Amino acid sequence: MLTILFDGVAYGMLLFVLACGLSVTLGLMNLINLAHGAFAMAGGYATVVLVNNFGVPFFLSLPLAFLVAAVIGLVMERAVYVHVYRKPHLEQVLLTIGLVFMAVAGTDYIMGSTQVFAQTPEVLQGQFQFFGVGIGRYRLLIIVVCGVLAIGLQAILTKTRFGSRLRAAVDDQRVARGLGINVNAIFALTFAFGSGLAGLGGALGTEILGLDPTFPLKYMIYFLIVVTVGGTSSITGPFLASLLLGIGDVAGKYYVPKLGAFVIYTIMIVVLIWRPNGLFSRASTK
Amino acid sequence: MNYLKIAAAGLLAGAVGLGAAQAQETVKVGLVVSMTGQQASTGKQIKAAVDLYMKEHGDTVAGKKIEIILRDSASVPDNSKRLSQELIVNDKVSILAGFEVTPAAMVVAPLATEAKVVELVMAAGTSVITEKSPYIARTSFTLPQSSVIIADYALKNNLKNIVTMVSDYAPGADAEKSFTAQLTAGGGKVIESIKIPLANPDFAPFLQRAADAKPEAIFIFVPSGQGATFMKQFAERGLDKAGIKIIGPGDVTDDDLLPQMGDAVLGVVTAHMYSADHQSAMNKKYVEAFTKANNFRPNFMSVGGYDGMHLIYEALKKTGGKADGDSLIAAMKGMKWESPRGPISIDPETRDIVQNIYIRKVEKKNGQLYNVEFQTFNDVKDPGKIKK
Repeated sequence: MLTILFDGVAYGMLLFVLACGLSVTLGLMNLINLAHGAFAMAGGYATVVLVNNFGVPFFLSLPLAFLVAAVIGLVMERAVYVHVYRKPHLEQVLLTIGLVFMAVAGTDYIMGSTQVFAQTPEVLQGQFQFFGVGIGRYRLLIIVVCGVLAIGLQAILTKTRFGSRLRAAVDDQRVARGLGINVNAIFALTFAFGSGLAGLGGALGTEILGLDPTFPLKYMIYFLIVVTVGGTSSITGPFLASLLLGIGDVAGKYYVPKLGAFVIYTIMIVVLIWRPNGLFSRASTK
Repeated sequence: MNYLKIAAAGLLAGAVGLGAAQAQETVKVGLVVSMTGQQASTGKQIKAAVDLYMKEHGDTVAGKKIEIILRDSASVPDNSKRLSQELIVNDKVSILAGFEVTPAAMVVAPLATEAKVVELVMAAGTSVITEKSPYIARTSFTLPQSSVIIADYALKNNLKNIVTMVSDYAPGADAEKSFTAQLTAGGGKVIESIKIPLANPDFAPFLQRAADAKPEAIFIFVPSGQGATFMKQFAERGLDKAGIKIIGPGDVTDDDLLPQMGDAVLGVVTAHMYSADHQSAMNKKYVEAFTKANNFRPNFMSVGGYDGMHLIYEALKKTGGKADGDSLIAAMKGMKWESPRGPISIDPETRDIVQNIYIRKVEKKNGQLYNVEFQTFNDVKDPGKIKK
């Protein structure tokens, strides 16, 4: 029973790391980036290659996966995304879905189409019993890493100068620029950071979700559900939404396996009927 | 639009008048498989095997040049149908081959019937496929073949309380049904049957449910490609240490992914028609040539492609090069030969494959994981059809 809860939390946390970058770009920068999963995939493959081919320790490969995805994100933002910030959403969707297909085909060409896994260290394998609750070591790692990240992100966004600049830049770009805030730099940094988070999520998720070139397409729906249910205005929204969906999904599949796959969608529908802007939306700013 | 295309194609062929003359020199084989998308590994395995066969046997048979026209279905059955139609109408292929999953093979069946073109199924494994058109022949396998055999194995080894976990689509249902029927007939019991959605990110809840039912073994079918994730999570949950055995058709320990699965998979017992470790001179040569040409191991999908090509070549020899659907399918019926997987034949009644099913256990050989065969059931017909 508690094992199910634990698994659900771990799964939810994983969804959160994967999707929170998306919620940042969508909510704060008003950019629909369907290619978000591609950055996650980049991070995942970075870990796999580093660990399996170069013998980098697994724990060290996680921050490296973050860096790789962040750098790719930064380059893409400056080279491609910057042109579509002001374009209508449909054009953003078309551009980014195109990027997804390119990423899928490119990865397939370079890495091959089979699923890949990183060798995880001994410490992270298996399960231990804690007051009768089966705790998977790997899942515990996910919960710890993601929990720390969630708190850290929320703190950065609400407590630091960078956070307030970012929020200012989003609320009213013109005034923000007038006040001497370098909006372009902030957007680029934010985008890179969001991509990096996706990369980290991809690296962590390899073990549980599997990693193959269709990753960005397979999990796009899940990211979008997290973002729609959570609302896009804060970190807490997607965080709680991820937990809700993760636990709902795992518990649903455990208790009613026949309906299991639908639970996550049912939750989404119910939430959206009840609160069309997501669970935690500020009064709309746009 | 479509009519226009067809009309244009017709005009072109008529005007040039060469279409017919040329068709006698070459036999075109449309290979419709997934080179990209979820089942990409299947397509790549088949393509590699087809290439290998043609490299070894040349591209001319019975005075005809064989031309392979590869089309990528991108793992979408709808594409398979469209591409097959184009291949029939525009390219005038004599044989359609490939078909990575059951739905792809099924949607093309009516086209094969209407155009009287042979549809050679090289991968899909649902029993009912060959009944969908009189022009379908199969060189892969059917899931009931392996599932029934593994049920016998379970009974013999006193595994009587079993949880079944299958992917929720036609082959999964096939596997579950035939396994359950065979097991219960022999006095075993399926204490819980779980269906897993096909696009499933996380096996954790299903595994937990299976574990809580405390079975002696779990019968698992997941499509080629998902096995590794499943095995990892099975071990993560400590179910291997709890003494729960894994049995099933061989898809879960797919040779393609096996080397990556880690030691958790050691000791898993499956029934299947091919293992890269199959002990025969022919298979040794096959694995060696295959691995040399590609950087991966051949899996059970690859032999479907390899034997499919063999069937095409032999059928053409028998018809003396006549490539119309009726002569070809008639020639294919009852064909018998030695494949890398062992002796196989095409059942003259059902046009389905008859082959040995092997019981295998995952073991380490030279530091690599392999499915090591230890028991053979000779000439297994598709049990899905015998019952009728």
